[in-house]
Amino acid sequence: MTKTVLEVKNLWVEYPARRGVVQAVRGVSFDLCQGETLAFIGESGSGKTTLGLALVRLLPKSARVRQGNILFYQNGRVQDVLALSQEDLRQFRWRDCAMVFQGAQNSFNPVLRVESQFYDTARAHGMTGTAHVKQRAIDLLRMVQLDPNRVFRSFPHELSGGMRQRVLIALGLLLQPQVIILDEPTTALDILTQRSIIEVLRKLKKELDFSLIFISHDLSLAAELADRVATVYAGTIVEIGGVYDIFERARHPYTQALTHSVPTVTGDLRDLTSIPGSPPDLIVLPPGCAFHPRCPFATQRCKEQEPPLEPVGEGQFAACWNWREAMNKT
Amino acid sequence: MPDKRQPVVELVHLSRTFEQRGMLVKAVDDVTLAVNEGEVVCLVGESGCGKTTTGKMIAGLIRPSGGEIRYNGQDIWRMDAAQFRKYRMAVQLIHQDPYASLNPAHSVFRILSAPLLEHKIASNPQAARDRVRELLMMVDLTPPDDFLDKYPHQLSGGQRQRVSVARALTVVPSVIVADEAVSMVDVSIRVSLLNTLRKLKERLGVTYVFITHDLAVAKHFAWEGRVAVMYLGRMVEVAHTPQLVNHPQHPYTQALLSAIPEPDPRITRTKERVQLRSLDVPSLLNLPPGCSFHPRCPRFEAGLCDVMVPELMEVGTATRVACHVVTREAAHALRDGHTTSLPPAAP
Ligand SMILES: Nc1ncnc2c1ncn2[C@@H]1O[C@H](COP(=O)(O)OP(=O)(O)O)[C@@H](O)[C@H]1O
Ligand SMILES: Nc1ncnc2c1ncn2[C@@H]1O[C@H](COP(=O)(O)OP(=O)(O)O)[C@@H](O)[C@H]1O
Ligand SMILES: [Mg+2]
Ligand SMILES: [Mg+2]
Repeated sequence: MTKTVLEVKNLWVEYPARRGVVQAVRGVSFDLCQGETLAFIGESGSGKTTLGLALVRLLPKSARVRQGNILFYQNGRVQDVLALSQEDLRQFRWRDCAMVFQGAQNSFNPVLRVESQFYDTARAHGMTGTAHVKQRAIDLLRMVQLDPNRVFRSFPHELSGGMRQRVLIALGLLLQPQVIILDEPTTALDILTQRSIIEVLRKLKKELDFSLIFISHDLSLAAELADRVATVYAGTIVEIGGVYDIFERARHPYTQALTHSVPTVTGDLRDLTSIPGSPPDLIVLPPGCAFHPRCPFATQRCKEQEPPLEPVGEGQFAACWNWREAMNKT
Repeated sequence: MPDKRQPVVELVHLSRTFEQRGMLVKAVDDVTLAVNEGEVVCLVGESGCGKTTTGKMIAGLIRPSGGEIRYNGQDIWRMDAAQFRKYRMAVQLIHQDPYASLNPAHSVFRILSAPLLEHKIASNPQAARDRVRELLMMVDLTPPDDFLDKYPHQLSGGQRQRVSVARALTVVPSVIVADEAVSMVDVSIRVSLLNTLRKLKERLGVTYVFITHDLAVAKHFAWEGRVAVMYLGRMVEVAHTPQLVNHPQHPYTQALLSAIPEPDPRITRTKERVQLRSLDVPSLLNLPPGCSFHPRCPRFEAGLCDVMVPELMEVGTATRVACHVVTREAAHALRDGHTTSLPPAAP
């Protein structure tokens, strides 16, 4: 996993609001490698969805990308996503990078059969030949463990939430994108349905060669599927690293607290950490490090200067002035 | 042992039907469970299994269509008006969504003082004010004076939920039914809310019926208590929490526990999974005959599971399971002189 497919550099996104400017994404940078699964975890309102939407340029009109670069590498070519024309963007969205939105399983067009969703998407992106499209759709539906005979001619309301989510994943893969972004793919689904989605994603990753970004407030999903994990707090990545490093050797106090705040069901009772205070207001951010009011390791410097991401281990980066102290205390 | 305590609330063959598309469905079907004084009982199960309906019946908000809710031995729907009013105060329900349950136009002080004055728990405004302060401290909203004049929209989700808890406490309940009370709260503040609720149990001796779809939360909250698992309106397993999560007996409980994604890569990537025979959850409108779980169950036996509805049976000390196969095996183990404790659970 060395070939970079996506590179995001210092991305800033904001929403003007009545009370002020919502700073939803603040200086986010990361790389995504070919075939890799990268998870963005963080609590609701931390800017995860905004980041995902920015990557495929589907932000609401009110949003402003203040700064940054999104570079997409393919066959030795580089596309600057923020500079793409509308036409190129349309092609980019499904052929290069597809996104399945948060809650999309509830926003299907109710009068279109599943097959029409596939045909329309194919047509809009110049994938021709009904037989060819149908064959690919059927293959994909099988891969996501749906019965194509039953599902292809169904209307959305005839399918359960979990089935619709799997249809969307199949649809996202129709044009063989290099990157697929899933926003909260298992949120609001029952456990056994979540399990089937996780197994489907694991299988797809094995059989097809794409990179996966997923966004979730549910740490379990990252623990299940991710190669690397990025913790998002107040619109910015505060830590990024390999999945085992993040869950077992987190260096940022927020990641440490977050991974120790959720109980496991297997094994004996473990002590859980609670994080004092509440998530910040993205309009009036605390000065310095946005986490400092809730951080047990905060010092004067944390109140004044926002820390940059710095290396804290092999392939692991954290944005904390006091990560060494935090490391020694845990 | 909780078993030696007196039951406060008893669910006796409790059922509730609703009309859906012109048909009657059994949202809750023949649930029997005694909740002892000072105990924590969790009701868990996937959405639609009947948890909220059961909780509302316990709180006296909806009427059972069959069976009884007993409070200190008395059927609550045969109480006279005054007794029933007392019951409704003694058993308080906390909802999932504090937005929906707090009046946005009222300050925290007004939200909390109104029931105190209405039920004459506080005799005058000054006494009410003192009591409101105490309640705010009990739910860890400190210093209380910072919160008295706030409106719900000025509070975070976690703080709002704490106000809901404080309001439930105004009438000095002996039982709290918490329905997904921490589900909408951000993970970073969920633990402290759970800790607050646990502290109330110790300090005030409240009994909890804690409803959640999240078995890990149930485990954390009710480690010293019991968990009851529901599936399609029926209770399929009840056991002490450590027993239930470490040695589940019912194939549905086993499947559910094995499927849960865990926030720990080492645990979650090596967990053994119980494979179900089908992913489809039957509709209440068209339940399979016999055990409702049989079309999905890995231990299904034709001619048995698709014919007879299994009753909840004791299969060990304080564990009850509604499964023909499991109860048969337990009976055999007992007959063959094996230990009377539970057989090890299938992985
Ligand atoms: N269309 C919008 N207009 C104004 N503010 C928005 C809009 N969408 C999101 N926000 C705000 O941006 C912040 C980040 O939101 P979001 O990206 O949805 O976070 P997450 O996905 O992590 O929950 C939040 O404060 C949210 O209220
Ligand atoms: N007022 C009602 N009218 C019709 N059906 C209802 C009503 N309330 C609940 N139900 C049905 O009863 C079943 C159990 O619901 P509920 O008790 O809310 O389950 P849970 O809380 O476990 O998700 C569901 O099928 C639900 O649709
Ligand atoms: Mg989101
Ligand atoms: Mg419910």
